[in-house]
Parts: sequence; structure tokens; C-alpha cells
Amino acid sequence: MEQIEFNYPAKRKIQKRAHVGVVGSGDLEVLLEPAEGAVAHVFIRTSVDGFRDTWEAVLNRFFANYDGAARIQINDAGATPGIVHLRLEQAVEVSDR
Amino acid sequence: MSDKGYNANFINRQSFVELDARERATALFDAGTSRELLGPFDRVESPWLPMQGVTPQADDGCVVMKGKITGQAAVVVALEGAFQGGSMGEVSGEKMTAALDLACADNEKGIPTSAVILLETGGVRLQEANLGLAAIAELMASILVLRKHAPVICLTVGTVGCFGGMSLAAGLASYIVMTREARLGMNGPEVIEQENGVEEFDSSDRALIWGIHGGDQRYATGLADALVDDDTPQVADAIRRFVSKGVPPMHRSSQVALYRNRIEALDSSRQWDPEEFRALWATNGSNEEKR
Amino acid sequence: MSEYTGVRGTVWFRAFTGQASPMPGDPKSVLTADAPLGNDRARFLCVVPDPHGRFPCARHGEVGLEEAFTMATRVREAIEHDKNTIKRPIIAIVDVKSQAYGRREETAAIFLAAAAAADAYGSARLAGHPVVTLVVGHALSGAFLTHGYQANRILAFDDDGVMIHAMHKEAAARVTRRSVGELEKLAKEIAPMSYDIRDYAKLGLLHKLLHVENPEKPSLQEIRKAQGELVAAVADARSGSVDLRNRLESTAAREMRRASHLVRTKLQAQWLEK
Repeated sequence: MEQIEFNYPAKRKIQKRAHVGVVGSGDLEVLLEPAEGAVAHVFIRTSVDGFRDTWEAVLNRFFANYDGAARIQINDAGATPGIVHLRLEQAVEVSDR
Repeated sequence: MSDKGYNANFINRQSFVELDARERATALFDAGTSRELLGPFDRVESPWLPMQGVTPQADDGCVVMKGKITGQAAVVVALEGAFQGGSMGEVSGEKMTAALDLACADNEKGIPTSAVILLETGGVRLQEANLGLAAIAELMASILVLRKHAPVICLTVGTVGCFGGMSLAAGLASYIVMTREARLGMNGPEVIEQENGVEEFDSSDRALIWGIHGGDQRYATGLADALVDDDTPQVADAIRRFVSKGVPPMHRSSQVALYRNRIEALDSSRQWDPEEFRALWATNGSNEEKR
Repeated sequence: MSEYTGVRGTVWFRAFTGQASPMPGDPKSVLTADAPLGNDRARFLCVVPDPHGRFPCARHGEVGLEEAFTMATRVREAIEHDKNTIKRPIIAIVDVKSQAYGRREETAAIFLAAAAAADAYGSARLAGHPVVTLVVGHALSGAFLTHGYQANRILAFDDDGVMIHAMHKEAAARVTRRSVGELEKLAKEIAPMSYDIRDYAKLGLLHKLLHVENPEKPSLQEIRKAQGELVAAVADARSGSVDLRNRLESTAAREMRRASHLVRTKLQAQWLEK
């Protein structure tokens, strides 16, 4: 199991936490919570090692459109970048509702 | 089932099977009365999975919710079949058992509190082996105590079904509710084929699988108490009915003489067709105890 | 590591009761006898192989339909008989190959048969009978849940031929997509996965590990000693509660089952909120 961390700049506080997904084969769960400061922290645990670059690319794309100060925990069991992006969007949708 | 081009009811149904554990649990409560305990943000996870490179789930695949069903206090514990096959680990097992014990304590304080356990599970989580197995034994002990006070309702809808050691927990329940898609049994077809050969059980024969383990067969042979369509309102309604019904006069697992005699009467020299077996155990037997 | 031999159950049942027979009308695969144990008269039960049993998948020491319902019957008989008197100890001697894996069994709801036996043992415990299990050989999965795991106290020999587990090594390796070697390596670091009874003892579920030189041919002295341990376990069970909380509250469990304790504590706190 690999643990990967990233930080991104944030511009706004977020109000509501969100949880989406399931750690099923090819899927992931996302826990999104308000964080202090002007930074978003991402913590990833994945059972598929060696894809740090792919994770970075997916998150870069996500954070290009997201500026919340959030602590995002990802528990992954081999999801594709498309599914990762989907789950992140779902989490934001719940959080910003 | 209609033999027209389509069935309007089928199209308009709200699938319960497609919901995840959290959504299923929520759907069973009276609107707005439920809250989750030890949810994902509490992060009580398996200590054992990370040690072997398996990503844990924040709720360990077990959702505990408390609220009201048909106006009465109830706890719902739902296993997430998509996480490790809904298998029982130390934490998921303890969540279920502790929730039932708390319900029991409330009953003893004079607050009637039922339990609904949603079992989509293959049994013991092999990555936690002996703690998973022990958890099932402890769960069974807690079911035995709680079910004296209030009904313990087992709901299995699929797609995982209820197998392995957890089938014994289902066996101890006050009531079992199943869909046609669901299956309930101790050993799945692959395991039986592995242990005793394809002659004993051809695990590729889907009709046979459902003819033995499927909800329709279990209901028709008196081993499940209700058969529901994969439709959320129907499922919730069935659960409400059993909560209202209360503790049965005698639990199925205590009807030893009845079932022992039925086993005695079986011709064990050959296999039985599902239809033939249905005729043998159909629940309108004349001289037998009725539930 | 040990293969299931199917002899230990009979050996120890006979050692404690002086006989090795089913009760009248029962299948040969279930031995039941009432025999002296300390100052009590205890009911001993054991599942053994019966090569001529009615069910082909339950002839070699498996716990099948008949075995489960027979045990349920004999345990409930003791409960009923002792309703208004001293609750006799119920002693489960365990050496079982596995649950029965068969189409007949699944069709005729072995899950319910197993539940019925567990119900009987658990109900005996709740009624005040001291239920003690002695694992003399194998105690696997569904078979152990059916026969033995509802006891107040569990004892086992500290012998390589004793194994308590959820699944045989080869099958477990197959299901988890590992080699047997990889599984054994993991089991060394992860106590709940271990096939070694001494590691099982670390989980806090076992009341006592007993040393016997030769479990398949015990000396008279060793039988007396084991008997004494059963008597002590019975007394200990009588002095405690009828539930299974001793398993979680043992010293070893406080160490190995911290997550269980955390669940209990937090769930209780959150239950009472609002």
C-alpha cells in the first residue's frame, strides 16, 4: 500500500464535509473536510503502487477548478483517473451544496 | 410478471440493490429520524489491512445507524458488500455486536429497540481470520440475547448474498427478508465444487445456484419470512411490518424437533431437485409446528 | 502442520467418559454422554467421523445436518432436564475437519442446522450451564461456530495438531490470491491470521492452553490433569457472567483487540448523544 501526499493553494473556506464512494475493486472513497489556512491537503492511500505521477496529473486537473481549503483523504483500490475525478467532483458537489 | 412488452412497475421501481450500505440503511428509517454512529469521519478502521497492503475503508465496511422505524426505536447495521466482499473483520464485527448490545441495554431500560442487520457478506475476512471468526461467534451470542426483547431482522438483497459464518447469524435472526436475486447459504457453489467436485455442485449452473440458495426457494421452503421485489419502498415496508410484529413466539433456530425430523425424512441416497425439495418443505405441512 | 486425523475426539471423549457411543437413536457421528466431572455430572459432546453416515459429504469428521441437529437436541435436553435444578456443565470436545460441503446440505439449509446447534449451546450458557470447550485437534470455521464457539471458556492443547482457523491454508491462499508461503509469512506478523495455536492464544479468546505430551495417546496422569483443568474452567465459568465479555476483557485482548475496545467505547459515547 502506498501513501502519497500533495498540497495545493486554496482561496476560500468550505463549510460542509463530504464523504463519497466505497473502497471496492476499481473504486475509491473520498473524505473531504474543512481545513485551516489557505492550503488544501490531499492524503492518498492506494493498494496499487507506482502511480504517483498519474495521481499528480489527476489532482492538478481537479485543483485547476477547485480552490477550497480542504483536507481530502482518498482511500483507493485501483480506480482509473476518470473514476478518481468523478468521485472528487461528487465530494465537492456535496460539500458545496 | 407481465408478459407484455414492458412492465411499468418494473421500470418505475427504485432499486434497493443499487444503493450502497449507507443509502440502504438510511432508506429503512422514518424520514429524518436517523443518524450514523462511528461514521467514516471517525476513522475507526482495520488495524490489520494496512499491514498487508490492503487499503482500509474509513468505516471498515460497516454502517451503524440509529433512529426510528414505524415510530419505534431501531438500530440498523449494514455491511458494505463492495468492500472486501462485506467480510467480517475485527472492527466491522465489533461495530455490529456492540450496536446490538446497546440496543439490548435500551430494551432492558424499557425502550423497545429493534435491530435490522443488512447482510451482504461472504463471511470471515481472511486477512483477519481468527478475529473475524471470533467476531461472528460474539455477534451470534449478542443476537441470542437481543432477540428475546425485540426482533432482530436480517435483510439480504444481493448482489453478494449472505454466506459463510454470517449465514449462522442469519439463521439466528427473528425474521429473514430476501429478494429473488439474493442468496443465503453456508457454502457457496465454488467452495463446494472445490471441496467435493463438479458432480456435487456445478458452480456454473446459475439456475441450480438460485434453485438452492436463492430468495424464492428459501421463502418457498419456509427458510425466509418475506420475499420482496428490488424496490426500496417495498423493502422498507417489509421491515416496518416485522418491526411491528415483534418477537416471534418461537425462533426458527429453536425449532429443533421440527427440522431434525424433516432431515430424518429426507432420502439422502440422492440429490433432490429444487422443485421436488420445495414440495417437501413447502410451509403448509399439516402435522408440523407452525411459526 | 497437521492434517486432520479424526482420532483425537474419540480418544478424549472416551478418556473423560469411559465410553464412545452415540445416545440411542442418534447418528454415530455424534458422541454424547453424561459423566462425572469433579462434583458435577457433566454432559460431554463430540463430533467424530462416521464412514457409513447417511450424508456422503459428512462422513469424515465434518459437521453436517445430522450432527448439528443432534447436538442441538442433546444440549436442549440437558437444558430442559435441569430447568429447576443444578445446571450441569456442558463440555464440547472439538476435533472437526470442517463444516460439510455438499449440495444436499445447502438445499436442506445447513446454515439453519448450524444456527440451531449454536442456539442450543448459547441458550445453555444463558440459562446458567457452564459451557466449556476443549479443542483437542481442529476447530475450523463454520464447524467451530456450530460446535464449541458459544462456550463460556475455551481450552486447547498447545500441540501442532491443534488448529483454530477460518479456512485451511491451501484454500485461504487460493481465495486471497497468494502462495501458501506468502500466507505463512504474513501469518507470522499478523497474529489473527496465524495457524499456530500459540498465536491464537495471544488473541485473548482462549481461557487456557494445556500441555499434553501425546494428545493421541494420553497417559492416565495427563487425562486426570486435563480433567482437573475442565473442573477449574467450569468453576471459573460459574463465577463469571453468562455472556462472552470475558473474551474481550482478558489481558491479552486488551493488547490485541484495541480496535474492538475503541469501537465499544466510542459507540457507547455516540449512542447516548442527542
